[in-house]
Amino acid sequence: MRRHIIRMTAAAGSGHPGGSLSCVEILVALYFHALRHDPANPYWPQRDRFVLSKGHATPAYYAVLAEAGYFPPEELLTFRRLGSRLQGHTVMGCPPGVEMSAGALGMGLSFAVGLALGARLDGADWRVYCLLSDGDCNEGQTWEAAMAAAHHRLDGLTAIVDYNRIQNDGFSDYAHYRGDDSRDRTGGWVGPDGYTVNIMSLEPFADKWRAFGWHVLECDGHDLRQVTAALDEAKGVRGRPTVVICHTVKGKGVSFMEHNPAFHGKAPTAEQAEQALRELEG
Amino acid sequence: MVQTGRTAATREALGPTLVRLAREGLDIVVVDADLGVSTTAAQFGREFPERFFTMGVAEQNAVGVAAGLAATGKVAFVSSFAVFIPGHCYDQVRMAVAQPNLNVKIAASHGGIVTGEDGASAQSLEDLALMLALPTFRVIVPADVVECAQAIEEAARRYGPFYIRMVRPKVPVIYDESYRFQLGKAHRLREGEDVTIMAIGVMVPAALEAAEILAREGIGCRVLNMASLRPLDEEAIVAAARETGGIVTAEDHSVHGGLGSLVTRVTARGCPVPVACVGMETFGTSGRWDELLQHFELTPQRLAAEARRLVERKRGEG
Repeated sequence: MRRHIIRMTAAAGSGHPGGSLSCVEILVALYFHALRHDPANPYWPQRDRFVLSKGHATPAYYAVLAEAGYFPPEELLTFRRLGSRLQGHTVMGCPPGVEMSAGALGMGLSFAVGLALGARLDGADWRVYCLLSDGDCNEGQTWEAAMAAAHHRLDGLTAIVDYNRIQNDGFSDYAHYRGDDSRDRTGGWVGPDGYTVNIMSLEPFADKWRAFGWHVLECDGHDLRQVTAALDEAKGVRGRPTVVICHTVKGKGVSFMEHNPAFHGKAPTAEQAEQALRELEG
Repeated sequence: MVQTGRTAATREALGPTLVRLAREGLDIVVVDADLGVSTTAAQFGREFPERFFTMGVAEQNAVGVAAGLAATGKVAFVSSFAVFIPGHCYDQVRMAVAQPNLNVKIAASHGGIVTGEDGASAQSLEDLALMLALPTFRVIVPADVVECAQAIEEAARRYGPFYIRMVRPKVPVIYDESYRFQLGKAHRLREGEDVTIMAIGVMVPAALEAAEILAREGIGCRVLNMASLRPLDEEAIVAAARETGGIVTAEDHSVHGGLGSLVTRVTARGCPVPVACVGMETFGTSGRWDELLQHFELTPQRLAAEARRLVERKRGEG
């Protein structure tokens, strides 16, 4: 998976490796454990639905779909090219298996709420999963949807947050910032390295979800066993939706990308890709 | 047809039509953003509580939820005021509905300055420009309650995104039950060979009145109801240009991006003739809806004057 992400973004010369590397275990846990799905029959009505709200994590998403058998892995290298089905941000049905268009943050959870309401109206037992980013949780719409999901008691819905605390401009809070320590400053500012510090802290994050009426689970988002256990537990929760806050590392698995905002929306150079692949082989 | 003497708000068609269609077995759901009583969608909620989903005053989420419901095979209506949908959530309409071409129907009430006393913030003058910029949306502006009910049914029975613009006040009912709305067809309300007025919504009865004024002066004015903005009846526009030599467009909407823009684009290519675009060029203000139409000169007299000028120009050139 991680090698796919490096090769795809390097070949495309653009893309979002950081937030893709951070959600690899989450996607693997979904597609190889939690989801009821059939790659040979992507429109199977009884399938569980997975909605990728953080629509820029396409390198990871396409990689897991290919590895799960939705399309040949060779197609991954067409990523972002003219004529490819694999656009920079997701497009519904391209390729079949992609449940929703995304790319503007904040929209996925609302769509997931609609899916879950539809399933309940039909008396169907398929579940809905939605993967959110830090940026998704900056958007007001996500909290509108969070309110609505609890209000409608959608226990068929599980949200997962890839909580890596790094976004486009820098650090959402202090968790991984290694520069100056001015914790008593209000708001955010641009640090000496050019990155924005304290963009919009989501803390106390778990409390926010609890206050909105959700069942909250937290885990190490890179520990496959913990993620699958949390997703299993969510299936048993009744009367309210569950959120799994996955504590993750942006750029996970590649030394120079970890905790580094530079690789949020920038592809590795050929040289960097080579080094990354060497690290990932080891 | 024509001028029944009755008045009704086009929004009054929404609730009853949805109830009737659901009773007939259409898989309709309604997503509501705390304006269902005003849009009349709440009548559907009383009849089909399990198919009526309240989202509170949260239009961005409401549109996303409607998209999700549509993706499960439902005919998803989402209803609010035009300043809120699409006004408050254009990106959600674009990304969650238009791009994936989902089966969502936006029934937006309170279009135009005829929204009245609530003032400029509540008067949507840009919604048609926004919706027409989204290529997968069919866009309909019914002229009266009879046409509106049929447009809603058309939207419910056809796959894909629809935008239906309705109004708040009780406006003249011009059609009787024998009328049949046709998607993509202009409806010729009055014959005429000297000039054409093309109108939408509340400006349709105004156009008919203008044609009466012109008739008294010996000017034959064709009147077309252009309710179906997409698909657009380009043939009727080119025919009017060719046969009458001048067109006045009339809309309770900004002159940028609405009916006038569509018509001039078609005539410029198909048959260039003078076109006078009557619509809003500023924001609105508070006032009774009929006073506002006078204040902003969206009147039969103004339409007649514009038409007269086109006829005089044609005669001067001839």
